[in-house]
Amino acid sequence: MVRNGRSLNVRAAVAWASTAALAGALTGCGDVGGGSVGGGGGDDDVLKIGFVSTETGSSAPFGEANTYVIESMEQWFAEHPVTVDGAELSVEIVVKDSQSDSARAGEVAAELINSDGVDLVLTSSTPDITNPVSEQCEANSVPCISTVAPWQPFAIRDGDQPADLKYSYHAFWGLEDVSAVYADMWGQVENNGKAAGLFPNDPDGQAWSANFPALTEDTGVTIDDPGLYPNGTQDFSAQLSAFEGHDILVGVPIPPDFTTFWQQAGQQGYQPKVATIGKALLFPSSVEALGNAGDGLTSEVWWHPTAPFTSSLTGQTAQELADQYETDTGKQWTQPLGFAEALFEITVAAVQEAGSTDPDAITGALSTLEVSTVVGDIAWGADDSVPPYVAKTPLVGGQWRLDEGADEGTHPYELVVVSNTLAPEIPTGGEVEPLR
Amino acid sequence: MDWLNAGVQGVLLGGQYALLACGLSLIFGVMRIVNLAHGVLAVLAAYLSLFLVQQGLPLWLAVVVVVPVFAALGYAVQRGLFNPALAQVRARGAGGDSRGGGSRGAGELAPLLVSFGVAVALTSLLQEVFSADTRRIPTGDLASAGVPLGPLSVGLLPLITLVVAVAVIAGVQLFLARTPTGRAMRAVADDPGAAALTGVDPRHMYAVATAVAFATLALAGVFVGMSTQFSPGYGDLVLLFAFEAVIIGGLGSLWGTLAGGVVLGVAQTIGAQIDPQSGVLAGHLVFLAVLVVRPGGLLPRSVPA
Repeated sequence: MVRNGRSLNVRAAVAWASTAALAGALTGCGDVGGGSVGGGGGDDDVLKIGFVSTETGSSAPFGEANTYVIESMEQWFAEHPVTVDGAELSVEIVVKDSQSDSARAGEVAAELINSDGVDLVLTSSTPDITNPVSEQCEANSVPCISTVAPWQPFAIRDGDQPADLKYSYHAFWGLEDVSAVYADMWGQVENNGKAAGLFPNDPDGQAWSANFPALTEDTGVTIDDPGLYPNGTQDFSAQLSAFEGHDILVGVPIPPDFTTFWQQAGQQGYQPKVATIGKALLFPSSVEALGNAGDGLTSEVWWHPTAPFTSSLTGQTAQELADQYETDTGKQWTQPLGFAEALFEITVAAVQEAGSTDPDAITGALSTLEVSTVVGDIAWGADDSVPPYVAKTPLVGGQWRLDEGADEGTHPYELVVVSNTLAPEIPTGGEVEPLR
Repeated sequence: MDWLNAGVQGVLLGGQYALLACGLSLIFGVMRIVNLAHGVLAVLAAYLSLFLVQQGLPLWLAVVVVVPVFAALGYAVQRGLFNPALAQVRARGAGGDSRGGGSRGAGELAPLLVSFGVAVALTSLLQEVFSADTRRIPTGDLASAGVPLGPLSVGLLPLITLVVAVAVIAGVQLFLARTPTGRAMRAVADDPGAAALTGVDPRHMYAVATAVAFATLALAGVFVGMSTQFSPGYGDLVLLFAFEAVIIGGLGSLWGTLAGGVVLGVAQTIGAQIDPQSGVLAGHLVFLAVLVVRPGGLLPRSVPA
């Protein structure tokens, strides 16, 4: 497949991890520069944190953990004010819902800065949300800490060079990590080196189909891409006949399309040995929706309860945080949980390091901040392979395992870590098992 | 072999489209309303069945509950929403005739706009109640089961869907052709004024037609819910494909709708076989071609109303 240049690929990568088929154009939008430039302000003894979340809309599953963590953080801060230079700061958190819409994300970020006068803005979940929020923060000189978007689509916004950002700090992994994890998982299963690519004609599919084949070639795996299909395709028999004889399946379909595809694969007898799917398999609910056919599917894992990390705020281990979430909400833990907690850990560490809530002092502190969070060690300015405002977090690979004997009311699927070459400190729970 | 497979899979896919389109076709045939809420109503039926299944009901029992509930809902929606809108059309229509058609346009759009309002409101409501998470009706191993058909392997669920689609369409057709209610319904469709003179209440007949249409769309919604993941916004896609099947087959003709669904399905699978990017596009092109070359559809009603 011929693709016209890298800039397209990178721009295409912008919506990675977004489940929005109708994602809006990536614009900061709204009243840039309006209102009180400089933001911040308010009382000196209050730390006011703005949070742009995705409580509703297509990325709502990403926001579920945010809502939970924000509530528990409000309780935590009520009992534990932040001590900065010997003075106690009370903490106030203002949450705005982006409705999974990038234009609205920019608008609410501007509101947080100009109307609510927050000292800094936190945001998470897909480049569609993090980027417009970061742009508002840049325009208003307010610190922004973001996560849950691969760093390339966050950093590379126009053209093919990382943007020059002064107030935005981002913590997550990159496409080079996800392809390395995938390759390692495939290497654990005897295969014929032929991978079938199930890539949709949306920004994610364009980015993956353009970048992945080159990234995995060194490992001896060739990805055959029969062409991008439109989202909403109801019949995949053409793909299935082209995929015959490919031991590996890789793709970034939206969840409904993956269900359709995987069902028809069963009906028409296509059975790869290993299937690694991004985006459609992040959340337990998506896998459960596949019924028994979700057993053995693999995906990237950015946070897992078995990781040996501890919250620098509450002292909870990853496992304790996940257990607490399951007890309080009755739902199975999800990966954004750890990252939502980490955002607050970073905030407190940065403000303490800065010694005040002054925006420039906070960004100064962030630029060299090192903090051990519940998602791992985060350090800015430590890795030359990424822009200075990016800190990489560990990435591993996981396989969904069906517990057929699961009791009523417990969770039928468990995500088991099966690849940790990039982050050996995170223990594996087994090896990749071939699909049955 | 690939081509044969594509064709067979297309026919099966067409079964799903036809089942979805049946209710849309019936409502249009009887009262000339394009029900834009058709897709989201099918999704609502899927959510309702899922809810019942989660309460511990077996799926067949959930269907037995949901279909009559939707029939009742259809009757109520027609009496409460569509009939008043239709009355507006008739009133404006009559007034417009005498005054030379001045204000006719807006009135004719009334039922369409009402159904649009229902669609938008219902989508938001579903999002509020069920969140934006994608769901699916659990089917165990049925969904990915295949049956050998000569050298091919076809899905059991699509096969069942096709059989149900044919049965439903044949059933509704028989109901229209053979029963007194069906005859009255056809009479109302042809000329509500004349039918009323013979003692048939058009408002009741319309409501019965909508009840039947909603029952079929509830069934279709359950099959959609079993075969793919759905979310509150999924109804748009459902409406699009159902609408295309109706247009291709011929407005108001039920057998035409079945044919239209199959043509659309085969166009998509053959199109995808030629080029995987163009499957859905091929379906749209066939739809467009039918509109241009044969606006009445493949099997239009023999006696226009």
